[in-house]
Amino acid sequence: MHFTINGTKYDADPDIRTSLLDLLREHLGLTGSKKGCDHGQCGACTVLVNGRRINSCLTLAVMHQDDEITTIEGIGTPDNLAPLQSAFVRHDGFQCGYCTPGQICSATGMLDEAKKGWPSHVSESLDGDIALSDEEIRERMSGNLCRCSAYPNIVDAIREIAGEDA
Amino acid sequence: MSDKHTLTMDKPVEKSLLDSGAQGLVGEALDRVEGPKKVSGKATYSAEYPIENIAYGFLVRAPFAVGRITEIDMDAAKAAPGVVDVVTDFDRFIRNSAQGAVKEAPVQGVRDVVYFGEPVAIVVAERYEQARDAASLVRIVYDEGKGSFDFEAGISHADIPPDGAAPATFEQGNIDKAMATAGVTIDGDWTTPSQNSAAMEPHASIAMWDDDGLTLYGAYQMPSFDRPSLADALGLKPEKVRIIAPYIGGGFGGKLGIAPESVAAAIASKTTGRPVKAVMTRQQVFDATVRRSNTKQRIRLAADRNGRLTGIGHESHTSNLPDEVFFEPAGIATHFLYGGENRKITHDIVRLNRMLAGSMRAPGEAVGLLALECAMDELAEKLGMDPVELRKVNDCEQDPEKDIPYSTRSFTECLDEGAKRFGWEKRNTTPGKLREGEWLIGHGMASAARGNMLQPSEARVVLNPDGSAVVETDMTDIGTGTYTILSQIAGELLGLPIDRVEVRLGDNAFPPGSGSGGSFGAGSSGSSVYLACESIREKLAKAMGVSPDDLTLKDGEAIAANRHVALRDIIDGAIEATGRIEPGEQGEKVKQAGHGAHFCAVRVNAVTGEVRIDRWTAVFAAGRILNLKTATSQCYGGIVFGIGAALTEELVHDPHNGKIVNRDLAEYHLPVHADVPHLDVTFLPERDTHANPLHAKGIGELGIAGAGAAVANAIANATGARVRDYPITLDKLLGSLPPV
Ligand code: FES
Ligand code: FES
Repeated sequence: MHFTINGTKYDADPDIRTSLLDLLREHLGLTGSKKGCDHGQCGACTVLVNGRRINSCLTLAVMHQDDEITTIEGIGTPDNLAPLQSAFVRHDGFQCGYCTPGQICSATGMLDEAKKGWPSHVSESLDGDIALSDEEIRERMSGNLCRCSAYPNIVDAIREIAGEDA
Repeated sequence: MSDKHTLTMDKPVEKSLLDSGAQGLVGEALDRVEGPKKVSGKATYSAEYPIENIAYGFLVRAPFAVGRITEIDMDAAKAAPGVVDVVTDFDRFIRNSAQGAVKEAPVQGVRDVVYFGEPVAIVVAERYEQARDAASLVRIVYDEGKGSFDFEAGISHADIPPDGAAPATFEQGNIDKAMATAGVTIDGDWTTPSQNSAAMEPHASIAMWDDDGLTLYGAYQMPSFDRPSLADALGLKPEKVRIIAPYIGGGFGGKLGIAPESVAAAIASKTTGRPVKAVMTRQQVFDATVRRSNTKQRIRLAADRNGRLTGIGHESHTSNLPDEVFFEPAGIATHFLYGGENRKITHDIVRLNRMLAGSMRAPGEAVGLLALECAMDELAEKLGMDPVELRKVNDCEQDPEKDIPYSTRSFTECLDEGAKRFGWEKRNTTPGKLREGEWLIGHGMASAARGNMLQPSEARVVLNPDGSAVVETDMTDIGTGTYTILSQIAGELLGLPIDRVEVRLGDNAFPPGSGSGGSFGAGSSGSSVYLACESIREKLAKAMGVSPDDLTLKDGEAIAANRHVALRDIIDGAIEATGRIEPGEQGEKVKQAGHGAHFCAVRVNAVTGEVRIDRWTAVFAAGRILNLKTATSQCYGGIVFGIGAALTEELVHDPHNGKIVNRDLAEYHLPVHADVPHLDVTFLPERDTHANPLHAKGIGELGIAGAGAAVANAIANATGARVRDYPITLDKLLGSLPPV
């Protein structure tokens, strides 16, 4: 099977049952995406598929041969961090770091959703521009669990970047 | 040659070198040094090492709670595609995970099953999916036995365990008499459920053997203990085992001791001749690692009309497996938090066939204060007294049980500062009466206290002539900030910018550290680095011909006697030293603890009973704060654990077999982003000369202590309803809400 991940082409021979997450972690050495539950309950495995965030544990690798997949490794590297990644470091938006790639991929997708005007459960109206209040950020990020509970700092990091984009 | 510079804490260290460091690192709010790796997916956790020829292991578990296995039929599994082998070892597989800080093997032998889901075999296959599928084909034949599953029924024949982190039983004066003669009393039962640490990274081991023995990449908090424990389980000498754990995806107690996947992977690797990776599924973590015990706690408070306590009773029942001595020390903070001459604090264990109970973040305080601090709130209400004032009236000059002083105690200061920051004087004082639309508003507070500990810990520090340094210890960073604070301490004492210090952790190839647990990691491992650096400073001073007190080190230069000299001009080669800290008499001569206070505002929906937390202020005093940023994050973590305990977290055991019914993250509800408001955390300046040469105390668990009680008290203030059975879910509130 063929995959395009972070702009790079990969050939792999996963099992037909292999999740996209396990393809990344076990077959391609892209271990930045994390497995916290394997059941779509924690968000640690969040990646971007054609720009949209998804739980990569909930989808089979075989279904994504024609997709553009972006993982944390494609968002920035230690020497060349994306602004959101730097903001996470500055605001201490993590402790153990295990949920972090998922939080960052999720926030990347979320910022784009907000920019497109997609409403959330706490949005005032169903159309119009979305102002990313703390309440909006918290609501939209609630699929990404952090047991270390870096939540307040994650919100600070995202708010800073959302403000810059606005 | 490396010298070992050892310090046993038999007396206070009056002067800390950290106060005279010139580099300006310690105490600052510095970014985590390993941060760039963590935010870019480049920090390698235990399941993530690329290993040639690796095979995947999947645990097979007993589908019953109690009994004896007569046969494991592996034929179908062995014939399944890709299966390399199905491995079991009835003698050596571990039945229970190990408790924390234990060097011996935990209970072994899995022919006998004592809890539902006990791991009894492991399927090894070429691929993960193959192993997982084949595991479902293993058939276990067994004679089912009779187990104990009813906690309430077991209370009448609970047993008194040996002393643990707290004495099992303690009595002073006569609590019954105090209750009979007191002006005001409280007497009630509080219950808390089983909980799971639920670190985001599941337990995982990669095991591989060579001529030197076993190498295990494992997500373990205490490698210096887990190594001998694992070796003992396998019948090896500790030197034949090497655990590597540079990054750990959270622990919170759940990864203190070795868990079943480690021994299973090691044995499977030996049997198959392949490196074996065994990652527990989330359900397996819930079913077969370790839980915090449920508790039933009777609190009795006797006070005079001014609120001064004359007696405290805190009698707890907790649960554990028959073979285990650990008890949840729910009364641990009750021993020293408040005065009162008449005291009774006990812990009995109800023997149940439920998965192992062990340490989870702040064992004892985390659930004990859920009871004590709510009882205090009820007492304040009965007395018509400000709950803050009640705490202050019962602050003590010295330990109320032993004739020893506190090392430091800024308890009243925390209460005052917290009240001020929160605006406590503007709180709602009439329960159930402050309303905004369909929301009832309430304010609550609770005290925080957590004993401070020191553990033996060793670190090696190498200073190079080019002005760089390397720190090595098998201490871990489980998100606590160890990499960063050890870099800060070494940089401060050796006069190096933080990026010139490399800290290597979590590998038994390095000197044995304390490990992460009990909030002793920073103080213990930090002290070992301090001592190694102190010894290097002495050598540099000697080379400069000055006394160490007259030496200043900054930015890679030594400054003394009006001379500035680059390190490379003082030393030709690397200087190496090992530091070792040992707990000593200071642990007994003074009572060491961190203190604090929580204040929170909640909204309770008058129609649905939904609880939202709007605002939080916490003030803590725990000696020197080594890094303001990581310390604050630790407290956030504790507070949010407290929010979970108050509102949502509960492992539900099937009454028929003890099985955990809600064994995943969809059903065991951790707080999420939307549950957590901005948290206002402040530290009061403090130095504890009794604790260690850093003058710092632990903070990883202080934040959880009392946090959930503040929520419960705020709910009571909002609604007028006192729910004594945690978590406070809507169903428990609905019946007692004021009319809409
Ligand atoms: S691992 Fe995919 S959501 Fe948890
Ligand atoms: S940083 Fe540890 S789980 Fe989020």
